[in-house]
Amino acid sequence: MSLRDVSINVNGTDYQASVEPRLSLVELLRKKLSLTGTHVGCEHGVCGACTVMVDGRSVRSCLMLAVQADGAEVVTVEGLSEEQGPLGPLQAAFRRCHGLQCGFCTPGMLMTLTDFLTRNPEPTRDEVRIALTANACRCTGYKGIVDAAMEAAAEIRRAS
Amino acid sequence: MRPAPFEYHDPRHVSEAVDLLSSLENARPLAGGQSLMPMMNFRYGQFDHLVDLNRIDDLSFIDVDGSSIRIGAMTRQVEMQEDTRLAESVPVALEALSHVGHIATRNRGTIGGSLSHLDPAAELLAVSALLDGVVHLQGKEGKRSVPIEDYVVGYMTPAAEEGELLTSVDWNPWQGDHGWSFREFARRHGDFALAGAAVLMALDEAGSIARAAVTVFGVGPAPVRLKTAETSMVGEIPTRQLFELAGEEAASLEAMQDAVVSGSYRRHLARVLTVRALEEASVRAKDEKK
Repeated sequence: MSLRDVSINVNGTDYQASVEPRLSLVELLRKKLSLTGTHVGCEHGVCGACTVMVDGRSVRSCLMLAVQADGAEVVTVEGLSEEQGPLGPLQAAFRRCHGLQCGFCTPGMLMTLTDFLTRNPEPTRDEVRIALTANACRCTGYKGIVDAAMEAAAEIRRAS
Repeated sequence: MRPAPFEYHDPRHVSEAVDLLSSLENARPLAGGQSLMPMMNFRYGQFDHLVDLNRIDDLSFIDVDGSSIRIGAMTRQVEMQEDTRLAESVPVALEALSHVGHIATRNRGTIGGSLSHLDPAAELLAVSALLDGVVHLQGKEGKRSVPIEDYVVGYMTPAAEEGELLTSVDWNPWQGDHGWSFREFARRHGDFALAGAAVLMALDEAGSIARAAVTVFGVGPAPVRLKTAETSMVGEIPTRQLFELAGEEAASLEAMQDAVVSGSYRRHLARVLTVRALEEASVRAKDEKK
């Protein structure tokens, strides 16, 4: 199979890569660009662990080909705070509210909620729970995650 | 887990895509990828050529023109959710869209992909059946238009010929005051519905039913319009008893069964959801009249 060149901006940095067309976006991020913050779980679009933002909208990066992201701006969990800087408001709320235990699902949770809170800055707990049906967590029972989303939403509203 | 190797094509125009699909062996068009990519990752689907439609701008549009709506195949579900004209003229479709998968899948998933994949529980397929949808296909031999009821020939089987591409769908929204309802049951929000029902209903000045459309989906291999109920309800005063007769028709449909969900449970859900949807639509139709 012939290789294709891909130019992609991830968290503000431009990258070039030559990839097989069948390479998924999540594999490009993790294996070629060594951005391992994005996790990959089910690889068929069910668990939500691999969720990233592409051109401002959340997508499952296991269901998108790397070649389809040519020219796109991608934000991953690494882009939610400055390197060595303080956590972003959503991340800080997750830590405060025990929104994670093992942490495997957390990058996807954070990216789903980043998209959701942009569209719905004043959500109810039920709306948060519906949004989170997109992501599976096997540890927390979700309560801490919902708490974190509600606290982060309030904090983001106060700050804006 | 990754797809079997394929040659990748990303045409910019519909005609190029049609040429590729009709000339290449074992080629498959790729829309939003929310069903096809999982199948390829599992290698249920292995293709020699993938024709990616995501860079064809001409396939992404929503035209609303008084009495008709045309939606391009590559229009994403989120774009439909954000379209205020659709919210105004087909609120039933907006309610349906809120049940389609999750935020991240609606950001990629397209109406054309949904109408090509033809999952029996697909909400956009149910709405297309409810709104007397017409699918537009383009192939090497030219273009043709097929009503939804002829287009869905069986379980996940469209009437499209090899190499034919679905380019858009027309919906025929009802004019004038009417009520609507969209009900489905899934174990978890965004999962495939085990059953669902969608209804449109208009009342006359006397409060009798002037027109009704009822679609039951997720029960059999394809969505079904309850033609007997639609006809027999006209001229009747909307009552629970009348709606239960429609529920009987829904409960007599052919129902799929699998290891988890029995056919009789699906038929039970079809009955209950049909009655509830009819009741909700009739209440809304009455409110519209006030």
